[in-house]
Parts: sequence; C-alpha cells; structure tokens
Amino acid sequence: MLDIQDLHAKIGDKAILKGLNLNVKAGEVHAIMGPNGSGKSTLANVLAGRDGYEVTKGSVSYEGNDLLELAPEERAWAGVFLAFQYPVEIPGVNNVYLLKAAVNAVRKYRGESELDAVEFLGLIKEKMKIVKMKEDLLNRSVNEGFSGGEKKRNEIFQMSVLEPKLAILDETDSGLDIDALKIVSEGVNSLRNEERSIILVTHYQRLLDYIKPDHVHVLSNGKIIKSGGPELALELEEKGYDWIKEEAA
Amino acid sequence: MSPENMSDNIQNYISDFDQLKNDDWFSESRQSALNLFKETGFPNSRLENWKYTDVRPIKKKSFSNVTETAVSISTDEINAVRFDGLDCIEVVFINGVFSKEHSSLEGLDKGLVVENMLDALSNDQVLLAKHLTKYADDKVSPFTALNTAFIQNGTFIKVSANTVIEKPINILYLAKDSNGSLATHPRNLIVMGENSEATVIESYIGLDDANYFTNAVTEVALSPSAILKHYKIQQESLNAYHIGNLNVMQGKDSKLESHSISLGGALVRNDIHGQLAAEGAEIIMNGLYMTGDKQHVDNHTRVDHLKPRTLSTENYRGVLNGKSRAVFNGKVIVHKDAQKIEAHQNNANLLLSDDAEIDTKPELEIYADDVKCTHGATVGQLDQNMLFYLRSRAIDEETARSLLTYAFADELISNISFAPIRNRLERLVIGQLPDAALIREFTNEQT
Ligand SMILES: Nc1ncnc2c1ncn2[C@@H]1O[C@H](COP(=O)(O)OP(=O)(O)OP(=O)(O)O)[C@@H](O)[C@H]1O
Ligand SMILES: [Mg+2]
Repeated sequence: MLDIQDLHAKIGDKAILKGLNLNVKAGEVHAIMGPNGSGKSTLANVLAGRDGYEVTKGSVSYEGNDLLELAPEERAWAGVFLAFQYPVEIPGVNNVYLLKAAVNAVRKYRGESELDAVEFLGLIKEKMKIVKMKEDLLNRSVNEGFSGGEKKRNEIFQMSVLEPKLAILDETDSGLDIDALKIVSEGVNSLRNEERSIILVTHYQRLLDYIKPDHVHVLSNGKIIKSGGPELALELEEKGYDWIKEEAA
Repeated sequence: MSPENMSDNIQNYISDFDQLKNDDWFSESRQSALNLFKETGFPNSRLENWKYTDVRPIKKKSFSNVTETAVSISTDEINAVRFDGLDCIEVVFINGVFSKEHSSLEGLDKGLVVENMLDALSNDQVLLAKHLTKYADDKVSPFTALNTAFIQNGTFIKVSANTVIEKPINILYLAKDSNGSLATHPRNLIVMGENSEATVIESYIGLDDANYFTNAVTEVALSPSAILKHYKIQQESLNAYHIGNLNVMQGKDSKLESHSISLGGALVRNDIHGQLAAEGAEIIMNGLYMTGDKQHVDNHTRVDHLKPRTLSTENYRGVLNGKSRAVFNGKVIVHKDAQKIEAHQNNANLLLSDDAEIDTKPELEIYADDVKCTHGATVGQLDQNMLFYLRSRAIDEETARSLLTYAFADELISNISFAPIRNRLERLVIGQLPDAALIREFTNEQT
C-alpha cells in the first residue's frame, strides 16, 4: 500500500526527515510515536502533500504510484486522508457542503455517480451515529468555534464519510476526554478492514489499548529508530525515549 | 476661472446646463451650484480627499448631459436584473430618465410617496425646499455641486410618521449604449417621518459595456426613531465612471443600515456621510467591493458623532484581482461633548493577485473623552492552511480558492436579514468569482 524509502525532507534550510523508511501493507495499523519535534507531523504533511516541504531524497510509493507527484486533492481522490493535529477553522465554508463536495469529488474520480442530496443525507446520518457527532456542529462553518475535542471528532467523522484507503491520524487522541477517546477509537475500528491501512501518530499508549496496532515505530530526529509490536508502546510508556536513542546512537 | 479649469471640459457642462429646463422655483439653486462648480472645477489629487483617486478620465471626456432619444430597453432586459420574485415598489430610470412605463408606482400605501424628482419638484415644493440640498453639501464635493446643478431626474421618497413600508423600494438606474457618451446626475431624496420604517435599494446597472458617467447623490433625513435599510448595488459597465454620494442626517434614536456593494465600473468613488445629530442615533455601514482588471474603486466614509450616546459600526471588505486598485478611507469624528459614543470600524482586504493594490486608512478624530472606539485594517492573501485543508479534503485547488474567496466576501452578505436581497447578492458575488460554477454547490444556491 505505502512504501517510504530513505525519505529526506526539509523546510527552508532545516532538514527534518533524514532517511525515513516505512512499509505499510493493506489492512495494517501502524502506530508512530516519538518525541516532540521529531518529525511526525512533517511526515504526515509530506504524505498529504502540503506545500513548503522539499523532498531532497528518497521516494514514497502509494499503491505502486509515486505519491509525491500528486497534488493534495489527487491524493485525497486516490484515498489518502490526513486527520490534522490542528484542524483549521474555515469561516464561511459550511461543514456539510464541504463534505458533500468531498464525497462527490472522490466518487467522480472513482467513476461512480455523484450522490444527490437525499443519498448524501442518508450517508451522513449513518456516520454521525458512529462518532456521535452533534447535528448542530454539522451545519456550522468548518471547525469554526468548535472545541478542541469537537474538531478532532469532526476529523474522524469526515474520515468515516470519506472512507479512505490510507488514513493518517496525527495525534487525534490528544485533547480528547475519555469518552470521546472511546468514541473516536470505535470510529477508527469500524473502518478497519483488509483493504484499509491506518497510521496512528500518538504520544499515548492509552490509544493503543483501544486501537490495537500491528506495528509500533519510534520516530526520532527524522528517522524510524526502532520498530516492534504493541509491546513496544508499553515499554515506551514505562521508560521514555532515551534508552532507544542511546541504543540507536 | 483659472485656465486649468478650462481644460476640464467644463464648458461642455455649462452649455448643456443652458439647454436644461430651468424655470421652476429651484432654478436659482441650480444656477448657484453650477457657479460653484465653475469655480472649483473637478477635484485634483492634490486634495487630501482625492489623493488616491485620479478623476482625469472623467475630466477629459466630453460627456453629453442631455439624453436626447431614449434608447429602448425591453422588459426582458429589465427582468434579467430584477430581483427574482420580489414583490417591490419599483422606480426605473433609463440612461438617467424616468421610465413611467417600466416603473410600478401604483397603489402605494397610504403614508408613502414615491415619485420622480421632477414631479416632486412641482408637487412637493414645500417639503423639498426644506430638505433638498440640506444634507449633501455642494461645497464639499464639486461632483455634488454638479449634480445639484443638473437636478431633474431621481427618486423622491417620503414615508409618513408611524408608517412601516413592508415592500422594498427598488430603484433601478439602467444604462445602455446610446449615441455618444452620457453623463447622468440622479438625485434622490428620502425623507423618513418619525417612527417610520422602509427598505430602499439603489441599483446602478450597465446593461452593456458602454462608456458613460453616473454622478449620483442621495440625501436621507431620518426623523426620530425612523429606520431605513439602504442598499446600494453598483454594477455599472466596466467602461463606466461612477461617483456616488450618500448623505444622511439622523435624528434621535434613528437607525440607518447601509449596505454598499461595488462590483462594476472602471473608475468608482462611493462616499457616505452620516451625521448622528441626536442622542441614540445609530449608523451601520457594511460594504463590499470586488475589483479586477484595471478597475479603480474608492470608498470614502465619514461619520460625525455630534451628540452623546450615538453609535457607528462599519465593516468593509474588499476582494482585489488583476491590476485593480481600491481605496478605503473611513473617517470618524467624535465631536466635543459627544460622550459615551461607540464607534467601531473594520476594513479587511483580500488580494488575489500580486498586481492589485489597496490603500486603506482609518481616520479617527476624537474631541470627547468618554468614548469607545475601535478600528482595524487588514490586507492579506488566501490562507494557505485553509487552502491545504480543503485540498486534503478532495477539493481541487481552483475550487478551493474560489470557495475561500467567496467565504471571505460572504461574511458581509450572509448577515443581511432580508432573504431576497441576500440571495441576489450572494449570486452576484459568486458571479464575480473566477470560477463561479465550481462553488455553487457550496452555497445556499444549491437546490
Ligand atoms: N515551517 C517550519 N519552519 C521551520 N521549522 C519547522 C517548521 N515546521 C516544523 N518545523 C520544525 O520541524 C521539526 C519537526 O516538527 P513536527 O511538527 O514534524 O514535529 P512532531 O514530531 O509532529 O512534534 P509534536 O509531537 O510536537 O507534534 C520541529 O523542530 C519543528 O520546529
Ligand atoms: Mg506533530
């Protein structure tokens, strides 16, 4: 599904990713943990196609194609979804209208017929239940005036409506209360299947109690310095990152 | 007369003036306004008030001020610019001349007068003598003096005390190519009785790409507790020049809500002057200008807080594209002893191209000490984070850009409470965007 090889990326003159390798197969859930500033969001942004990053070396292949060649919207059409660490507020752009346009843009790309208003409404009603999305949030401007937790929940709601093939969740668990964490996790779990891959960026082992990853990686200073199974997360929770950094040095 | 003024082609205005019907009680006022204009000529950019707007294109052109043969405009052409399904009182002018045929002024409510200025001059002399030229000062702008000299056509509206007019009054100034370039000088007067309420829409619309000059002046008198919602929609031809002046005198607890939407015109200047002359008077000024190509659009507003506890709120937004240039100047004067007033002003601009330019300037003069004033101005491009967010949600770049531009402009339109006007304006704003078709499904327009 996703194959990242020796990825180097910088912002301005600052090198941030420094030879990152990651292979994610269809149906797998990978957790990426790592210290603040190690490059986790940078990786997520590079995968989603944000401007301002220069890839100086390496490659990213997605379903056999060069992902880095694609514009952000083309990646979204092809099934890549990024749940943002800090979802932006967009005054004046209605949440539902955006979602409808997004769904139809993806359907159009897939050669499917566009959903009409009634079909679309049916779809979102169903998905709203999964993430217990409040109806009044739907009709507001995108994220405008949403609480931190509501923004995160909106990201997962969008994800469940768009049904991506590759979902990258950048600290979606940060800022969620315990109930919301469960709901969001259920939302993610309900999407899990053999064709869909998920990358979870998180600082907390707790999330991984709810969403069992197949692999856990530690990203430090722009590289994956250790990979393992779910037990690695428990070990990190207990011991922090220093021992791995030393091990890797 | 200085030689400089002679080159202004003002000779043209003088000779046209002589051809006017000018034998009524108002003739002296016209004559003295013309004399004033002869003395001053057109404003030049050495004047502070005209620093950023060069009116030489207007000066240089010899416009004809006399509409000889009325061009014919079909009902279909007018329908195309009417408000869909809006039940309104309508006053239509074609190339500056009142069209009885296309207007609908029958069966007006008791307590409402709507008529062409020429008729008002003979029918309502007493009232006009009291109000006409009393709020727009010929000495402040030569264009106002020129307008006064040519007062013939225009709309006179009078709402009696304690009368609420539910139907909007829609005034259409339509321009269409005729022989030669025309200058028209519409003059409107709106007199609102105590505790009355009305909605007035002034639209200036070019039906083709003709070159002409509209020099409009509107005066408004609000008696105590009167409420006027005033909309000005400027959609002149892209080759036209438009100078428009709105002047309001406000009594106790009266309220003016002004919405000024400027979309057309090659060279445009909109002035609003509000005088809050009694306690509790409130003025709200909302404005949106969207410019492209080489358009030049200048909005000047001035509010005089003359008495305590008066309120002004101003919100103007601009969307600039191409090599266009816009000017915003918002002046607030808090006079001595006008305590406990509130004045809030904001001007936000979105530059869509590197070649577009905006000059924005708030001006506050405060001579009282217990006041609450805020002001702010911003100039920026589309927000990159928002753009990326939308694109990451499968929205293509062009659509995302249009959508954010629309959202920026719609901040002003979306809080217009009257749906037919709001919908019409939203449609106009969308139509003004580079990729109009792409974003219809994001708006209330979708079915
Ligand atoms: N626009 C930028 N200009 C300069 N440096 C940047 C920019 N954006 C990110 N960085 C730097 O890149 C490094 C990696 O940032 P990134 O956001 O990827 O970290 P992260 O691993 O997601 O951290 P966190 O756990 O705090 O979210 C940081 O040192 C950050 O300061
Ligand atoms: Mg991060």
